[in-house]
Amino acid sequence: MPSRAETRGPSNPSMLSRIAASEFTRDFLSNPSAVAGAIIIVFALLVVLIGPHVVPQNPYDLKEINLADAYKPPIGFAGSSLKFPLGTDNQGRDILSSLVYGCRISLFIGIVGVLISCVVGTTLGLVSGYYGGKLDSLIMRIADIELSFPSILIALFMMSVFGRGIDKLLIALTAVSWVVYARTVRGDTLGVKAKEYVEAARVIGLPDRIILVRHVLPNVTTSIIVLSTLNVGGFILAEATLSFLGVGVPVTRPSLGLLVKNGFDVLFSGYWWVAVFPGLFIMVLIFGINLLGDFLKDELNPRLK
Amino acid sequence: MAERLLEVKNLTTDFHTFRGRVRAVDGISFHLDKGEVLGIVGESGSGKSVANLSILRLIEQPGVVSSDGVLFKGRDLSGLDARSMLKIRGKEISMIFQDPMTSLNPLYTIGSQIEEMLLLHTDLDDKGRKARCAELLAMVGITNPEERLRSYPHQFSGGMRQRVVIAIALAADPCLIIADEPTTALDVTIQAQILRLMERLVSRAGASMILITHDLAVVSRMAHRIAVMYCGRIVETGPKRMVIKSPAHPYTRGLLGSIPRMSADQRRLDPITGMVPSLLDLPSGCAFSPRCPRSQPICERGVPPEIKLDGGRSVCCHFPQLENL
Amino acid sequence: MINYIIKRIAHAAIVLAVVSVVIFCLTTYIGDPVNMMVSEKASAGTRELVRQQLGLNEPLPVQYWIFLKNVMNGQFGHSYTYKIPVIGLILERLPATLEMVAVSIVLAVVIAIPLGVFAGAFPKRGISRIIMASSLFGASLPTFFVGMMLILIFAVNLGWLPSSGRGPSSVVMGVRLSINDPAGIRYMILPALTLAFANLAMLIRLTRAGMMEVMRHDFIRFARAKGVSERDVMFKHALKNALIPVVTVFGMEIGSLIAFTTVTETIFAWPGLGKLLMDSIYASDRPVIVVYLLLTAVLFVVLNFIVDMLYTIIDPRIDLR
Repeated sequence: MPSRAETRGPSNPSMLSRIAASEFTRDFLSNPSAVAGAIIIVFALLVVLIGPHVVPQNPYDLKEINLADAYKPPIGFAGSSLKFPLGTDNQGRDILSSLVYGCRISLFIGIVGVLISCVVGTTLGLVSGYYGGKLDSLIMRIADIELSFPSILIALFMMSVFGRGIDKLLIALTAVSWVVYARTVRGDTLGVKAKEYVEAARVIGLPDRIILVRHVLPNVTTSIIVLSTLNVGGFILAEATLSFLGVGVPVTRPSLGLLVKNGFDVLFSGYWWVAVFPGLFIMVLIFGINLLGDFLKDELNPRLK
Repeated sequence: MAERLLEVKNLTTDFHTFRGRVRAVDGISFHLDKGEVLGIVGESGSGKSVANLSILRLIEQPGVVSSDGVLFKGRDLSGLDARSMLKIRGKEISMIFQDPMTSLNPLYTIGSQIEEMLLLHTDLDDKGRKARCAELLAMVGITNPEERLRSYPHQFSGGMRQRVVIAIALAADPCLIIADEPTTALDVTIQAQILRLMERLVSRAGASMILITHDLAVVSRMAHRIAVMYCGRIVETGPKRMVIKSPAHPYTRGLLGSIPRMSADQRRLDPITGMVPSLLDLPSGCAFSPRCPRSQPICERGVPPEIKLDGGRSVCCHFPQLENL
Repeated sequence: MINYIIKRIAHAAIVLAVVSVVIFCLTTYIGDPVNMMVSEKASAGTRELVRQQLGLNEPLPVQYWIFLKNVMNGQFGHSYTYKIPVIGLILERLPATLEMVAVSIVLAVVIAIPLGVFAGAFPKRGISRIIMASSLFGASLPTFFVGMMLILIFAVNLGWLPSSGRGPSSVVMGVRLSINDPAGIRYMILPALTLAFANLAMLIRLTRAGMMEVMRHDFIRFARAKGVSERDVMFKHALKNALIPVVTVFGMEIGSLIAFTTVTETIFAWPGLGKLLMDSIYASDRPVIVVYLLLTAVLFVVLNFIVDMLYTIIDPRIDLR
């Protein structure tokens, strides 16, 4: 007796409607933490895109800040001002605005960093897995050595050599995170390589790069998506930590991590809002990313189904 | 009159999965007397394993077991509290699982796993336990028992591991042993050995056994009575000789007919047409009707009644066959 | 077995060699030692003299070679900032870091393993879901934020615990410890807790995942059929199996633990190795950085080695041939 799925008609529904009706969407909508994660991420993206136009000031434009406004507490405490709902820091910069601008930088580093390490790692992984041989050994040796040390320490060391800067941060963080991509992609590639359709493609003389892109790569995408989502959170966390330690972003372009550091310096004087709000923001952001990433990991893992 | 050891009344086991409710066992009833070997025969998915796990209450979420009573020595197992069940399992009723490769904990020695049974269910002291472990290993035919007690499961072959499993099952002198496909995972050459061993040990101990298998040859050798299951229901029961010589249910006939025979002059085997239906999508009425060569419209409309035949046989069919094979 | 050990040791030596070269070369870009050693008013001639004395005019490979020879002889150089031998500096700070790390590991294990076992054995219960959600939440917390919030709540607002520094210490068997002093313990609580936090989440998830994986196995069901109580099934049969991946990953993650001591010690001004590293980075104190990283590299190689060996002890199935 044919099941319901088999009796569907021969029509070709559009990609969007297929996604919408698919099991993925159903699982997603019925999982409250995944939805919460997605909402947080969307909110963060909105903050980045619309934020600068909405908030009262650009805290890094010297014309807009006034020292007289320094150390105003957030709303609800004595001495607060509606103009600065979350308070101000030691230079009179509005915390809320700083959050918006800081979020931009943090997300920028997170997303761009993941993209770069994804490209680098995936390429190396594909090459390593597909061609094998000495190249594979070399790449995997380097990966192994790198993996035996904690990545934060390596990044910390590199930044202390390079000095502060967003581009240097991207280089340092990519240098430690390519390994996970390379290893995973290599594993997937080896699995695909053994399949017959790759053999067949070779036999008919397709050039390697076309085989890699058209046949191997699509099978590898699932792993890449899962890895990348979780990695964005990891990147943001790493950058925040490095910036907090003073070896991350430069003072002129503070990320959320650096904002926390600024606040930490004045924590003991009682001005807690300067550090707590950026910290909370980071926490919620990374939490949202992890929620969604966790959901994707379970959802896209064929074994657990 | 033989003493009734086990009486299962209307046992049903449902699994509530995402795709819907799967009724793995559908209201089956059977009994077992002291000293008897009952063979439960069926293909994969027939519910035979699930039924027996249900008796011992080893079914976990999302499975739900219900019944009108599972009486063991007069006590209803389904109503017992967890602690009392712990005393039953291993001591009164023990199980042998199908795959000896996975039944044993890879990180503990054979000795410690046998000893666990003795620790749980006997009063022996340390020396007594060690002696009994060696005795048990010797009983199942493993040479050098004292030394082998210190080995780990991965150091044994499949056949030897199953012997260890049998030793564990017999360690606390249970009166009922449930053997779930005990030889299926073993090499054909070893299967006969293990079956002979089980036969000998069970009868020597005066214990009863439920032997679950898909292999009619195994059942024809060891069982006193046979119950045939299909899609969660028992379709036929009876004394072994009668069920094999003159099966009343078309499914049993089909099973027997698809066995190659040395004596008869057969050109082709007679398999049962069609495939076992998915438990999510059972046919209405008699589950076997789509594949049955004798099905009539009534077979699809109504669940077949249980008809008692002479000789202690019963069959669930609208049109049971009463001639010999 | 011996062959395996020899191979691993050789491998480790190569790794160390490569890493030491990388560290050495990169650190030559940090700061300028000459500036650190002479006053600002020194003449160009004096500077050149100092450069020659420090051997900074030699080509890089030669400098490395000299460095290597010194290391073999036990000469690790002097800190520019403190003017004392680096080794002395490190040894002085080591006990502080070790005692805090030890306490935090114990805290993390004692809290995380039972939670993980429970969540893994009963994954669908409400409490388990709460445990998992909290651990996911915990994994999203940056260490520095945790430390900061702990200080804010317990030190600044409630005033129960001190916010920074190490407590009174005394010398035990030649080592300066503060853990033996109740006042010393007060200073240790917040930093150890912060550090433990970083690992709690991961340990809980790992233990849970390991348990869930193991509970599916046949031998668990067989143990139940034997009449083993549920509690014994979980802790005697399942846990040992579940711990195998936990130990592996934890072994690898000890690295991160050490890295996070850097952050924790900086926040709490705990006078250990982490703070030493950060201070040296800020001050461009090259010798300290180089030696610190080298020792860290050695530590990791040894750690990986130990984890490998531990692995074979726990799991008797592993055949080293």
